[in-house]
Amino acid sequence: MGIYAFKMPDIGEGVVEGEVVAWHVEIGATVKEDDPILDVMTDKATVTIPSPVDGVVRTRKGNVGDILAVGHICISFDIDGDGNSSEEETPEPESEVKKKAAKKPKVEVKEPKPEVVEKASGARPLASPAVRKRANEAGIDLASVNGSGPAGRITQSDLDSWKDAGSPVAAAGPSRSALSGTTEVPVIGLRRKIAEQMHKSYSKIAHFSYFEEIDVTNLENLRQHLNANRSEGAPKLSYLPFIMQALVKGLAERPECNAHYDDERQVVIRHSAINLGIATQTERGLYVPVVKNVEAMDLWQCASEMQRVTDAAKDGSAALDLLSGSTFTITSLGRLGGLGATPIINHPEVGILGIHNAADSAVVRDGNIVIRRMMRVSSSWDHRVVDGFDGAMLVQILKKYLEHPATIFM
Amino acid sequence: MVEQKKCQVLVVGAGPGGYVAAIRAGQLGLSTIIVEAEKAGGTCLIRGCIPSKAMIHAAHKMHDLAKMATEGGHMGISIPGPAELNMSELVAWKDGIVGRLNKGVENLLKKAGAELINGWANFIDAKTCKVATESGDIFIQAENVILANGSIPTELPFMKYGGDVISSRHALDLQEIPNNLVVVGGGYIGLELGIAFAHLGSNVTVLEAMDTVLPIFDRELRRPVELNLKRLGIKVLTGVFAKGVDKDGNALYAPKDDQEKVQTIEADKVLVTVGRRPNNQGWGLAEMGVKSNEHGFVIVDERCATNMRGVYCIGDLAERGAMLAHNASSQGEMVAEVIAGEIRAWDPVAVPAIVFTEPEIIEVGLSPEAAKAAGHPVITGKFPLAANGRALTMEAEKTGGFIRVVAREDDHRILGVQAVGSNVSELSGEFTLAIEMGALLEDIAGTIHAHPTMTESFHEAVLATLGHAIHIT
Repeated sequence: MGIYAFKMPDIGEGVVEGEVVAWHVEIGATVKEDDPILDVMTDKATVTIPSPVDGVVRTRKGNVGDILAVGHICISFDIDGDGNSSEEETPEPESEVKKKAAKKPKVEVKEPKPEVVEKASGARPLASPAVRKRANEAGIDLASVNGSGPAGRITQSDLDSWKDAGSPVAAAGPSRSALSGTTEVPVIGLRRKIAEQMHKSYSKIAHFSYFEEIDVTNLENLRQHLNANRSEGAPKLSYLPFIMQALVKGLAERPECNAHYDDERQVVIRHSAINLGIATQTERGLYVPVVKNVEAMDLWQCASEMQRVTDAAKDGSAALDLLSGSTFTITSLGRLGGLGATPIINHPEVGILGIHNAADSAVVRDGNIVIRRMMRVSSSWDHRVVDGFDGAMLVQILKKYLEHPATIFM
Repeated sequence: MVEQKKCQVLVVGAGPGGYVAAIRAGQLGLSTIIVEAEKAGGTCLIRGCIPSKAMIHAAHKMHDLAKMATEGGHMGISIPGPAELNMSELVAWKDGIVGRLNKGVENLLKKAGAELINGWANFIDAKTCKVATESGDIFIQAENVILANGSIPTELPFMKYGGDVISSRHALDLQEIPNNLVVVGGGYIGLELGIAFAHLGSNVTVLEAMDTVLPIFDRELRRPVELNLKRLGIKVLTGVFAKGVDKDGNALYAPKDDQEKVQTIEADKVLVTVGRRPNNQGWGLAEMGVKSNEHGFVIVDERCATNMRGVYCIGDLAERGAMLAHNASSQGEMVAEVIAGEIRAWDPVAVPAIVFTEPEIIEVGLSPEAAKAAGHPVITGKFPLAANGRALTMEAEKTGGFIRVVAREDDHRILGVQAVGSNVSELSGEFTLAIEMGALLEDIAGTIHAHPTMTESFHEAVLATLGHAIHIT
């Protein structure tokens, strides 16, 4: 019998720590090699870590919401045969587990004492008729009041202290009662990653936004034609692959826009490859899977690859490298409509392009009002390193290509 | 010239729901009209709860006297011959009580400033009705309407009321005791009256389609009543369907599973008590645009408001709460306050239900089964009246009653109390109060109950639930 101590593995480029999202094993559980033991969320994705050995779980490090550092022991097993660790080694210094999320580890709802919350169905707040009447008049939901009496019984003075605590009290008439109480939703996991990334982007980058309207009538005709005559198995084309192709041309002309700004080293890193992040809303939150080397793809490849990476992000199967390495990001604002937006740049990139939906509009051409298919785009740029002129130029180049779609392919 | 009236509150039906609503509305300064086709008081006061309890009380007296008239008497008291019953005088005595209460209600309405109109209200639309009175039609336009039309006995299509087929209402006005009384329906009304008539000397047979009488109560609660039915010589036929009456007025019935096998029971009167249904016909409910459910009850929210703004419905006609007078009164009081602008909701935790059979049955809150079904971890305790001194002095233990407490195992909150026994109905107030106040077993255990009273039995039942009753082992 030996003890096998397992260190948090290096799970992707540049990842130094991960947040525990879920443990799949309890202490004392018997596991087989490759059984899932732990889900860890990194900057980029959630990774399931498999068991390295057959054995029985001896210790575990970190609770859900805690941050584990790569290279430190996260779990140990009792195994047959020699282990890699002596018992003395297994305890870890407390500092390794950052109690980052420990402040609010659970969804906390201001409701009666725990024992009341846990009451089986059919149990209602324990309160006398006089207390219930007063609560009803004041629009207070008794389920949100802590009862100080035995079994959580709510007294008149409990109502007083609840009101003194500044809870909003009903002002509406009898048919519409004012609601009160709050629900605290902890910002953990992907939400915390998004929050951190957005805060970094917005606090570091001096954003400016630029809007334009593009006549995509010709592009629409081409798209319809290609879709109608596409070969079997080829993906149906949305506007996005055309825009990606046009960006390849445009970014080649304005290389300062396809760049990372390393603000600590004060260096702008221009990229030769065009790796386009595609902001994708999933059930778990916002992901940005990346289509790499778009410059090497034709329209169809571009469409297929985009489909693949966004599907992977949506169903949660996206590996880390699919979610990193973008040099520029596109965000689709189309489906919900909207006239304009100010997208936030995916730090350390220097620009982002938002696409709105295309719709038939009345526009003036040669003194006549004609119906054209128009699409709005909203772009944001890092003004620290991209001047207004440069950002605007990129958009104007894009407009030129998209309005004359044949030129994209020349 | 048709008389026109306007009011802030129009109440239809002066039963325990309607008259309470009207009094409360009057107290609150709302101009109030209440329309009643019969005497103020409703089913409860005029032809239900009150007169039946008067009858039951008299029947008890008769029954007790009969015991004393037997050889050797009873409790050392003997009377030389059997007591004589003059049924029409008994009915007159009962009517005297009803009359006093009826006048009392009329007086209370008057004092509160509510106008009582005697007539039949027929709605033209949700807020307008035409009342046919002896002195002509009156049109009433109301800002708010409270429907308190109540319920009526369910009639069996193959044995309609009339002649010797009677409803509970007629049973309370019989001028002679039927020798042979057949009761169709072994629910609470049928058994209350059946037992009363048995006490008065009738031969009583109860026909019940279900497998048991009083099927809404659990077996343990029913048992003492069933035993006493036997003791009183009441024949109970379960699992049978009534099949009408023959030309001589005798009752016909057949087993549920062999309905061709019709049999006859001799009957002077056949009392049909197969339930009550909402009184939703013949007064313009359809014209009001008020929604009802599939059973004919008017759909209301927790304030007893219907789908029509300003139209409320309370009591037996409303879908909310069981058909009980005290539900109606409580709803009536609340609706008047809602109309006056108060924020109210009808949210009782427990509504007591009492059956005035001998022995009586009380159920308040959840039964053990209902509590388990609702997901509560349940403990129960029981205390027999036979172990209570006061019960013995009143012979209340003779019918084998007990008090049963249902509580949560973890926090000891009392979820329900049931009791069966002679004279237990008056204990219901404490049971209900305990549940409404959110009492724990320890609250009742720590409350001194007067000796010698039957209320000690509740204290003991609570101690039994906690596992340490004093007067039982």
